[in-house]
Amino acid sequence: MAETLSRPQNPREWLALVLVWGAAGLVTAVFCWLLGDIVWHGLSHVSWTFLTAPPENAGRRGGIGPILVSTSLILGVCLSVSLPIGIGTAVLLAEFTSNHSLFGRMTRRSLDVLAGVPSIVFGLFGNAFFCKTLGLGFSILSGGLTLACMVLPILIRSTEEGFRAVPTSYRLSAAALGLSRTTTLVHLLLPAAVPGLLVGLVLGVGRAIAETAALIFTSGYVDRMPESLLDSGRALSIHIFDLSMNVSGGDANAYASALVLVIMLLAINGTVSWLAIYGLHRKIVAA
Amino acid sequence: MTPVEPITGSRLRHSLEDRPTGGAPQPFVEVDRLSLYYEGKPAFQDVTLSINKGCMTALVGPSGCGKTSFLTCLNRLTDLIAGCRVSGRITIDALAVLAPDTDVIQLRRRIGMIFQKPNPFPLTIRRNLEFPLREHGIRDRGQITQTMETTLRDVGLWDEVKNRLDSPALALSGGQQQRLCIARALALLPEVLLMDEPCSALDPLSGGVVEDLIVSLRGRYTVLIVTHNLAQARRIADHAALFWVQNGAGRLIEAGTAKQIFEEPRDPLTAAYVSGMRG
Ligand SMILES: Nc1ncnc2c1ncn2[C@@H]1O[C@H](COP(=O)(O)OP(=O)(O)OP(=O)(O)O)[C@@H](O)[C@H]1O
Ligand SMILES: [Mg+2]
Repeated sequence: MAETLSRPQNPREWLALVLVWGAAGLVTAVFCWLLGDIVWHGLSHVSWTFLTAPPENAGRRGGIGPILVSTSLILGVCLSVSLPIGIGTAVLLAEFTSNHSLFGRMTRRSLDVLAGVPSIVFGLFGNAFFCKTLGLGFSILSGGLTLACMVLPILIRSTEEGFRAVPTSYRLSAAALGLSRTTTLVHLLLPAAVPGLLVGLVLGVGRAIAETAALIFTSGYVDRMPESLLDSGRALSIHIFDLSMNVSGGDANAYASALVLVIMLLAINGTVSWLAIYGLHRKIVAA
Repeated sequence: MTPVEPITGSRLRHSLEDRPTGGAPQPFVEVDRLSLYYEGKPAFQDVTLSINKGCMTALVGPSGCGKTSFLTCLNRLTDLIAGCRVSGRITIDALAVLAPDTDVIQLRRRIGMIFQKPNPFPLTIRRNLEFPLREHGIRDRGQITQTMETTLRDVGLWDEVKNRLDSPALALSGGQQQRLCIARALALLPEVLLMDEPCSALDPLSGGVVEDLIVSLRGRYTVLIVTHNLAQARRIADHAALFWVQNGAGRLIEAGTAKQIFEEPRDPLTAAYVSGMRG
């Protein structure tokens, strides 16, 4: 790639080059420093016992077993609610609503606003609506549902973009062959829109798994092993927050938990990218 | 999905024997005062045209005179375009095409369409042919395989792809893709074929192969073909119709046999347009 760029000719081009590379370098350096710091302080504490044992002494000792379980359950609730609703809404917006209709414009505008709303607002909403009005209390269910509300705007908008990116010629040629809209949607448009969906999923899950503010008010921070979705459960990010802010002497375990969180994020991103490249390619071309 | 009459060899032969054998030509597609508006703006207006069974009719005319739009009315692809309104009457084999209660799925099965840009689905070659058949209720493996081979032979693609049916259709060359699209349409045993500049996105050689293929379909299907290539229209068409933009909307200027349009045009516009092919 570098060879194809021609050598800068004058000082202004040199300056631009330095600025561009400088900015990119800075961002990468900050990220590496953060990651390095976490790995450096956290790696020695991460072990199988740490991953499975319950926390002791407010988290200063022991592990994060129940917290991992709660985190996964919250994420599971969030995805199993947001995926179907998200895909459904995206299909409605992209395939059955004209770009200019009032309904389409209003829905899109609201989603864009919602996507930018601070998570603490979602937390307060979740607390008022799921915990109090629906009577779910501080529970994994409340937390997951609140996260779903938070993730939905991102998921819907990027899935919708995925659908819009599918060339109209597919729709026309499918219709010209007498294929029904449902068939076209399920067999042609949906697979072709999956990349957009996956992008939304990565962004959404990334936001959800790192969420603290929205969960403090909804899933609470009880660090026992949850017995049902109606139990309160502490998410990993809240655990890290608690250890580093409220528990003196919890730094070591905070670092280790942060490392686990980062690895989880990378693993999810990796899986989704893998799905996008291999799984999808096979599905579209060979199915 | 309503299951439809399965495709059988006998039906295929039947359609082969349906060639016009002289005698009075029967109008198969009849278009009466058809107009089309995009967002209230007319694309073409007041087109009245009748097309005989088994004939190859070429639609010619300058860019933007509504030829593509005209084709999309015949299989109601216009339903998919928001803000598009069609008025007038179309009957195909006594079926009122524009009537609201017409089963468009069945209609489109009877009317195949080939687009300017080859547009196979991003599936394998096999799935491209199999998928529409299955959706039209043909589930029998043997029958699907049989239809696949017959249509691929019809478009001259069988020998080129028989060993790679499970490779992606998009890996084929442009001309092969276009022939695959024709095969995909033929597999549903249509009676009418709408072709929108089927050769113009191809290199001259592949374009020639596709043109030969279209000529080989003569008589077996009622074909409407849009082309910018007057020499091609003259080579392959039995009938021709000239569209032109007048007062901001497309109009049908003249229609007749290809011989009459190209050799004794009545309208001065037609005369000017077809003489352009020499210039
Ligand atoms: N989907 C659409 N929405 C709005 N206007 C359209 C649409 N499709 C076509 N038009 C307009 O309708 C007119 C006729 O277009 P059409 O594509 O039918 O012409 P054409 O004869 O096929 O041209 P070409 O030879 O360039 O393919 C043009 O003015 C075009 O801009
Ligand atoms: Mg056109």
